[in-house]
Amino acid sequence: MPHPLTIANASAFWGDQPDAAARLVAAVPDLDYLTLDYLAELSLSIMAGMRAKDPAAGYARDFVDVVRSLVPFYRNGGKTKIVTNAGGLAPEACAAAVQAEMAAAGLSRLRIAIVKGDDVLPLLKASTGNFANLETDAALVTVADRLVTANAYLGAAPIADALRAGADIVITGRVADPSLTVGPCLAHYGWNANDYNRIAGATVAGHLIECGAQVCGGFSTEWLSLPHPENTPFPIAEVADDGSCVITKPPGSGGAVTLETVKEQLLYEVGDPGRYLSPDATVSFLSLAVESVGCNRVRVSGAAGAAPPATYKVSATYRDGYKAHGLLTIFGHDAVKKARHAGDAVLHRLRAAGCVYRESLVECLGTGASVRGIVSRMSDTHLVETVLRISVAADTKEPVERFTKEIAPLVTCGPQGVTGYATGRPKVLPILGYWPCTIPCDAVKPQMRLLPAVNH
Amino acid sequence: MIPLREIAFARSGDKGDSANVAVLARSAAAYGWIREHLTAGRVEDFFRPLGVGTVTRYEVPNLEALNFVLPHVLAGGGSRSLRIDAQGKTLGMALLEMPVDAPKFSTAKNTDNG
Repeated sequence: MPHPLTIANASAFWGDQPDAAARLVAAVPDLDYLTLDYLAELSLSIMAGMRAKDPAAGYARDFVDVVRSLVPFYRNGGKTKIVTNAGGLAPEACAAAVQAEMAAAGLSRLRIAIVKGDDVLPLLKASTGNFANLETDAALVTVADRLVTANAYLGAAPIADALRAGADIVITGRVADPSLTVGPCLAHYGWNANDYNRIAGATVAGHLIECGAQVCGGFSTEWLSLPHPENTPFPIAEVADDGSCVITKPPGSGGAVTLETVKEQLLYEVGDPGRYLSPDATVSFLSLAVESVGCNRVRVSGAAGAAPPATYKVSATYRDGYKAHGLLTIFGHDAVKKARHAGDAVLHRLRAAGCVYRESLVECLGTGASVRGIVSRMSDTHLVETVLRISVAADTKEPVERFTKEIAPLVTCGPQGVTGYATGRPKVLPILGYWPCTIPCDAVKPQMRLLPAVNH
Repeated sequence: MIPLREIAFARSGDKGDSANVAVLARSAAAYGWIREHLTAGRVEDFFRPLGVGTVTRYEVPNLEALNFVLPHVLAGGGSRSLRIDAQGKTLGMALLEMPVDAPKFSTAKNTDNG
């Protein structure tokens, strides 16, 4: 039987463990691919804010540090290829930074390609009568003058093109998360673009590993019984030519890959499991077989694929005011009563001073506040300690800024037993509204460019 | 009454202002029970204090699981929601605390996995 394609994930989001990639290749040096995901729904709008301050920014700089951490591996002849959406809003700038890092390390043999064409902001701005919000049906015109970003989730085809052209590192903007895994499969196995069952299988593999440590037991219901949680690893998908995969983890690592962790991850952030939409295929999970094929080895097969939608999904964001959260710890008898009283007093005082908030919230953490009103057995009357969390949101910055100055004073004007105020004033945060919509595929032009080799 | 977690495990995640909660049975018998009793309406009632909209339930028999989609349960979600849990990370754990009038099915594993 031919060797399956081994594809690992080394980043589930922007801010994930910085040494994941180096740990993976140290444990599995013959790994075929590393994929790294940096883009959650709102990440690009954060990058837009960074780019507004610095035109050379707008991508996940963390990825450049990851590349630096892999220099010894590549110097020793490592051949693992990398596919990542770290390019964010500026794949060229990201590629230039990576190329500079590689050149400085004497590794110019590694070829870099970029994939772009996902930025559809000009198209949205030019046609505000379309692009209704998928969640609310609202018309785009209601937020058009406040749009920050709009990016289509591209598919695997341009990634496969880049790999076939000889790229060792593919840096994209927004692509669908599973496409980071489907791209290498298309290039390696030479599947046709309409080989939907195989592509569906690779999409499932990509979906399973895209959240990094989660499929290895992170975030699982049975987390407490995981072996060696200090070394919960990042996962590896061994994808076969028929599109089936075995999910596993590096030898010697902690965590666990079990039927339970795989089934949980299969349904993570999924709507209709019979109709999982990706730009590469429409996938049904209802025919999947999940079986244990060894210790920490789970095989997932039988994915059913059909043609993808004729539209790309678009994540757009828009400016939507400001918010801040203030935290204080309250200790003593009647802690929760005192905390709620203190929170209400702060809001009352600010409103009396003329501050207008469109929304405010007082939470007493430790009382089941995460799902307030649901889990009734979490009675709060006996608690001797709670964390008071006060939040406000406003259309303008000023009332939120004023709010941030009213938290610490509770130390002297609030109840006895207030502590935890040493971290300074809360930060004013911009609120970014999320605007999911779709765009016809033929309006979007994915582009791939293999950068010229650097001579030195 | 026993908490749902004795017969199932769960996983929640967000998508904009919506969340999904997958409930995965610990045995075939437990799946039969949740499929019959853990209706969309019951889950909607449970999450009503969070302002949830109309809940949709999907059956996933091959995984012995139910997937619930909970619209508008995150008070705006993403960066808009002021709540400590703006992304539905806690909803799976919350649903597992639901008291249910179910028998204590045997949860002996039928594989040597793990």
